[in-house]
Amino acid sequence: MPDYNEFLERIFEILKPFAKQGVILNKHSELVTELGLTSLQVMELIEQIEDHFDMSIPLNILPDIRTVHDLATQLEKLGR
Amino acid sequence: MSLFDKFQPIIDIRAELEKIGIMPFGAVTEKILSPTEGIVNGHRVILAGTNNYLGLTFEPECIQAAQQALVEQGTGTTGSRMANGTFAGHIALEQELAAFFAKQHCIVFSTGYAATMGMGSTLAGPGDVIVLDADSHASIYDGVRLGGAEVVRFKHNDAADLEKRLRRLGERTANTLIIVEGIYSMLGDQAPLADIAEVKRKYGGMLLVDEAHSLGMLGEHGRGVAEAAGVEDAVDFTVGTFSKSLGAIGGYCVSDHAELEAIRFAVRSYIFTASPSPSVIASTRVALRLMQERPELRERLWANAQRLYDGLKDLGFQVSPQVSPVVAVTIKNRDQAIAWWNQLMHRGAYVNLVMPPASPTTDSLLRCSVSAAHSSEQIDRIIDAFASLKPDNTQAVN
Repeated sequence: MPDYNEFLERIFEILKPFAKQGVILNKHSELVTELGLTSLQVMELIEQIEDHFDMSIPLNILPDIRTVHDLATQLEKLGR
Repeated sequence: MSLFDKFQPIIDIRAELEKIGIMPFGAVTEKILSPTEGIVNGHRVILAGTNNYLGLTFEPECIQAAQQALVEQGTGTTGSRMANGTFAGHIALEQELAAFFAKQHCIVFSTGYAATMGMGSTLAGPGDVIVLDADSHASIYDGVRLGGAEVVRFKHNDAADLEKRLRRLGERTANTLIIVEGIYSMLGDQAPLADIAEVKRKYGGMLLVDEAHSLGMLGEHGRGVAEAAGVEDAVDFTVGTFSKSLGAIGGYCVSDHAELEAIRFAVRSYIFTASPSPSVIASTRVALRLMQERPELRERLWANAQRLYDGLKDLGFQVSPQVSPVVAVTIKNRDQAIAWWNQLMHRGAYVNLVMPPASPTTDSLLRCSVSAAHSSEQIDRIIDAFASLKPDNTQAVN
């Protein structure tokens, strides 16, 4: 199972197009309020991570996720 | 920060629409003239966004049965199915639905939403797993969120992706519920139920199919996509609604599992809400019978669906992936979709405007639903209204 940093790296890669000009993505970037992801885009992000790492991500983790760090942390927990 | 902050996007879009004088959401039907015509927001229109698939809403026999029930049984049951709200008609309808579906057990709910949400929230709980199609209806998502099971999505209509997810679950498939729809409400595409049933047989778990938009439309008896695919035995629970092909309101769940009779007393949307009014039950019972006695309604519906689908496709619109009583035109630009919805109203056609997140993608939809009660001439008028949106009919619209 990938570790936290591998998840983080992949999430940054997928989120690149969402970073507004002059804003540097970091692990504290907030997916909805800062990067402006819609609920559909959050689901697309989840799907892309699932495909890349060949894993299933339960929707139940979503309420605990605000930042990139939250997401990477939850994903790492799934593998434990 | 206030409680209202999260509503700001809705407040903004409402203000934007009000400014341009277009109110597509909650359009008011000021007068309903027939199953296919009405006066909506001041415009006399052909109704092409009502889900009145078999056109039974004005059926004299249904109306007469409802009137008689009103006179004999009153306006409402004033209570839950579990308390005083189960009348003889509710039981009769459950028996008739079970017989129609060739299943042993049936629960009648007050709405289709209550049926789907209730079953989704009750069948699988903490420690169980739900694997659902990504494009599932909001009632399914709401239900599974309430139930507390682990919820995993599979890619829309992709049996191979479902298989991958079931394989990952290993032994946990024993307490897994798979949820799909027969015909999907937004684009009208059908689930590949034969493939999904095969995956279920291979890996285990139970299968719930929401046939809300396919009841009365597919299969030899009109039981839906599962019947048409020949896989009814693989379906553990079928849910659906009376508010579309049966022209009333209410919902149901049928199953061969004897446990459904116990589950009935665990579904909160069954217990803690008033039961359907006797008049609604009465008209639904007649509509269910008429649906079986008049297969020609289904034939007319599909002929109309084909006519509208071909007409819009020939105009160059991006239509749904397959012919269905739901014919949706995809439009990438939201403002274009709003403007066109308004122009269609002025041209005499009411359709549904669907914008994200209600649409399955980031695109908007002009969603039409066809009725058996539409005449060919009315279908042509709907097509003509769409044709007026495009000065150049040869250019594909994205």
